[in-house]
Amino acid sequence: MDPIHQFQIKNLLPIARVGGIEIAFTNSALFMLIGLVVILLLMLGATSSRALVPGRLQSVAEISYEFVAATLRSIAGPEGMKFFPLVFSLFMFILILNVIGIIPYTFTVTSHIIITVAFALLVFLTVVIYGFWKNGIHFLKLFVPSGIPVYIMPLVTFIEVLSFLSQPVSHSVRLFANMLAGHITLKVFGGFVTMLAAFGLWGWLGAILPLGLTVALTALELLVAFLQAYVFAILTCIYLNRAIHPGH
Amino acid sequence: MDPQAAKMIGAGIACIGMGGAGVGVGTIFGHYLAAALRNPSAAQGQFANLIFGFAVTEALGIFSLLIALLLLFAL
Repeated sequence: MDPIHQFQIKNLLPIARVGGIEIAFTNSALFMLIGLVVILLLMLGATSSRALVPGRLQSVAEISYEFVAATLRSIAGPEGMKFFPLVFSLFMFILILNVIGIIPYTFTVTSHIIITVAFALLVFLTVVIYGFWKNGIHFLKLFVPSGIPVYIMPLVTFIEVLSFLSQPVSHSVRLFANMLAGHITLKVFGGFVTMLAAFGLWGWLGAILPLGLTVALTALELLVAFLQAYVFAILTCIYLNRAIHPGH
Repeated sequence: MDPQAAKMIGAGIACIGMGGAGVGVGTIFGHYLAAALRNPSAAQGQFANLIFGFAVTEALGIFSLLIALLLLFAL
């Protein structure tokens, strides 16, 4: 009953060996592919009929579109809407992967830090490159807030630079650690059930409590799965807003 | 002291930091709720700010959890 065992990456289909690095189709890649197919089916199925009065499936697609679009528009303004495909893809991909991970015997792709770091670096590099491309040297005004006395300016600039550089760290670690901690907690409570059940009839009766808690925790994890995808999307919007409108 | 035991104790101490994040997240949601009950019509517009404050506060707790996880499994 090792609670870490569920995060093990299994090699399903070896593809090639380049130097010392093994390239293979793993269970992580499999579940990313499943998530992609689910999103594709959802979006293609929803937009195939294009009814004026949306059905259930079309409503799901329209609500998720409107949700992300309203968030992005309110934070980054109308100019931010050119980044809508990026934000919407990130939100849907993370949401679907998180929700798939709650189903027993599946693999949670977002509980691996390499995946979330890739997402966060994608956003970070987009912000840096677009910020310098659009604003040129004025992008550095991000680190020099206006209306600050000159004598504390070096300190404030130092703190701003530090907080800017720690953005991708907290952005990626938040999603990874939430998913990891939630799934470990679920496994630990599941372990209590089997441990108590080994004690015979009284153990079975006692196991009802952790079993009920596991169900409650699964409901909580569903909330966390949505909330973390939303938090990731909203932070992406805020970081993009800094590239579009630098200077406080 | 056995290094393994020291690691375990260190991981436990690192998790104390999450208590501070708990206080912070509670403050944010408590104040949001108090303000939302005073002016319910303005509450919906501040939801994004609420989530942003929650995320920034939670990040600090997550950092201490990360230290604990690193001590237990990575170092």
